[in-house]
Amino acid sequence: MNFKHKYFFLFPGLFVLIGILIFPIIFVVRLSLSGWNSYNPGLDYIGLENYIRLFTDDPRFWESFFRLSFLSVTTVILQYVIGFALAHMVWKDIKFKRFFRVLFLVPMMTTPVIMTVIWRTFFHESLGPVNDMLSVFGVAPKWLTDPVIAKFTVIIVEVWQWTPFMFLLLLAGLLSLPKEPFLAAAIDGASPVRKFIYVTFPLMAPISIGAIIIRLIEASKIMDTVYVLTSGGPGTSTETSSFYIFIKGLREFQMGYAASMSFTYLIIMIISLTIIAKVLTKVLLKE
Amino acid sequence: MKTCLTAIISSLMIFSPMAYADKWSDQFPHIKATGDIPGDCSYEKMSKKNYKGKTLKINTHAIPVMGEPTALHAEQFEKLTGAKVEVTHTPAGDLYSKAMVPFQAGQAPYDIVFGFSNFINDWKRYLAPVPKKYMNSPEMKDVTKSHMGVSSWDGTMYQYPVDGDRHYLKYRKDVIDNPEMQKKYKADTGKELKVPTTWKEYGEMAKYFNGWDWDGDGEKEYGSAEVMKKDDLMFAAFFSRSVAYAKNPRTPGGFFFDLETMKPNINNPGFVEALTDWVEATKYVPPGGTNFGLGDEIGSFGGGQTLFSFSWDDAFIAAMQDDSPIKNKVGAAPLPGANKVWNRVSNSWENQYNQAPYIVWGWAVGVAKKSKVKDMAFDYLCFFSNGANHQADLAIGRFGVNPFKNSDFDPNIYINSMGWDPEIANSYTKTLLDMEKSNNRVFPLRVPGVFEFTSAVATGTSKALAGQLSPQEALDEVAKEWEAIVGRVGKKAVQDAYAVGVKMEDNKL
Repeated sequence: MNFKHKYFFLFPGLFVLIGILIFPIIFVVRLSLSGWNSYNPGLDYIGLENYIRLFTDDPRFWESFFRLSFLSVTTVILQYVIGFALAHMVWKDIKFKRFFRVLFLVPMMTTPVIMTVIWRTFFHESLGPVNDMLSVFGVAPKWLTDPVIAKFTVIIVEVWQWTPFMFLLLLAGLLSLPKEPFLAAAIDGASPVRKFIYVTFPLMAPISIGAIIIRLIEASKIMDTVYVLTSGGPGTSTETSSFYIFIKGLREFQMGYAASMSFTYLIIMIISLTIIAKVLTKVLLKE
Repeated sequence: MKTCLTAIISSLMIFSPMAYADKWSDQFPHIKATGDIPGDCSYEKMSKKNYKGKTLKINTHAIPVMGEPTALHAEQFEKLTGAKVEVTHTPAGDLYSKAMVPFQAGQAPYDIVFGFSNFINDWKRYLAPVPKKYMNSPEMKDVTKSHMGVSSWDGTMYQYPVDGDRHYLKYRKDVIDNPEMQKKYKADTGKELKVPTTWKEYGEMAKYFNGWDWDGDGEKEYGSAEVMKKDDLMFAAFFSRSVAYAKNPRTPGGFFFDLETMKPNINNPGFVEALTDWVEATKYVPPGGTNFGLGDEIGSFGGGQTLFSFSWDDAFIAAMQDDSPIKNKVGAAPLPGANKVWNRVSNSWENQYNQAPYIVWGWAVGVAKKSKVKDMAFDYLCFFSNGANHQADLAIGRFGVNPFKNSDFDPNIYINSMGWDPEIANSYTKTLLDMEKSNNRVFPLRVPGVFEFTSAVATGTSKALAGQLSPQEALDEVAKEWEAIVGRVGKKAVQDAYAVGVKMEDNKL
């Protein structure tokens, strides 16, 4: 029997894949080899000029990349710890379990840009309620205008917004764990702490790795929070790679150069996330 | 007899606004102060157009500045003509790209695009020139020479005038002119309290009045509200502070660049001095003031939070609105100057007083060349700026519509229609008019890739404000970036475009 016609059924999916994934990447690569900007629109060919500029004459890109690394790793670690704690809490038989499960998901369901505007209002240093309340204790942190504190403000907003996602994945993992190891630990008289360290955490390791990688991928694209909260400032202290690429591409209209940064960034992210996934697997699964 | 009758009617129009309440102001309360004002694009004329079944798409700024009047006049236009008008609101920083992306792709998703007048060099090839019938209209003849020039390139008008901007100083008149405050200031500092004529005086006074309740409202007040937020027009605020030190009337041939060599002047001691002052200003702005965008600045000064402010008209108009706690308590004056000015030819300071107005120009709007409803689009713009709408818009600070017609400089408009104190109205119109007459004006850059240049300034100066770099280091970085941009765009292309602006600054155009 000839099954060649089965390939016919692959075409719709293949077309979609080419249209929304392959073509844009190819176009970005081609764009990165052009000098497309506001005064010179079009796909001319300038070779590797944009890449040479990026690697030899643009420290701001690399600064923004290292800043992004700090922000994304910090936020994901915090999200993991808080998300795991919350998931563990509502996994147990506690009162109003269902209510808390829904409550903890609310931040994720809100629109990030709208929520960031609200956070910006909260942290407004002369009109916002946060400093108003803190003034009772005689402190008034410069949430958005101090280069160091502003980074932590971004972290606070990101953690608030995306911890529920981590919570959701980890809760689903906890609910799918087999009951037998826990029964065995109970029979052996293991304390709750030992049960967590020797049973729950190891069993959750594969799910944890998946959750951390998914969140790292998302966190490395952080843009809307920075855009609304600080515009990358004060100075360049909260500027991340995606925000910087946005500035170069859609503010300054250096489309060719922005494409070269985007493609370089994509390659760096693929390599670094692959390494991180390998390391996590080795450490957490002890492979 | 007929002339006499016309004069009486005109006087009534100006001095007795309510007498002009008419059928149009009943339907459209926005123009209740004047009623419809006859003209080519008046309410009466527009009501005779029929655009039923046609859709007009507009990309404008976010609400309120310019976005609110765009939406309001769109709604009125719909009611009058039967057209459907779709308005998209976009943040200031994205107006350029939101139009450029489809322009370069050969599309016209918007029939009308709003932006800044200094985009003209990059946008003009995608915009339709303003048709002759509008150019010859009485409303257009009323536009000031500066703003006709701003909207045009090589004699062709591409941007329809709807706004006219310049930066000037706003101050709390009730404090500066208060004899008790003057006495207190003199006793504490040994100096006179008066409208500051130099940036150093501005800084001293702002510092003195920072962080205490000097108007007795139970809240702390501060020295100055300024646009310091990165990428939110902060470059314009920096240039306003720079002109006093770096625009020397005795060295024509370029403020931003040396026109002959195209070497940037941006890191010369004049600009560095201005940035040093600006870094100092971070000490006398309200908490969070270094993250203030234009809207924050308007709200801060307009809400009575600061002694000084300088930028566009909007903060002043907001302060003079009926609902403002400081109505008729503010004054307008030219931007402060400096007691020294840099001479870039002799490479030395000249120790003499210098003041230079910064004509920031303003909001600009054009009709896409590829639009299929160009007639309707121009009618909308003409309607937007008709006499009645324009006068009503001028009175609302948050709208961001500022004087650009010769008739706007009549203080009676502000006294009779808006209830301004005559002294304030006179000082306001005189300040604006004197800027038009000055021979030492600075105009913004209108060169290809203008956003790259201004973005570099915003990045550099914001690094200095945040303490990441010293003023000299920050501006050296900007100069290096400017040189690189000139190299990428092409020296000749930038030079040719810049020469047009220099001619205006050197009073040769």
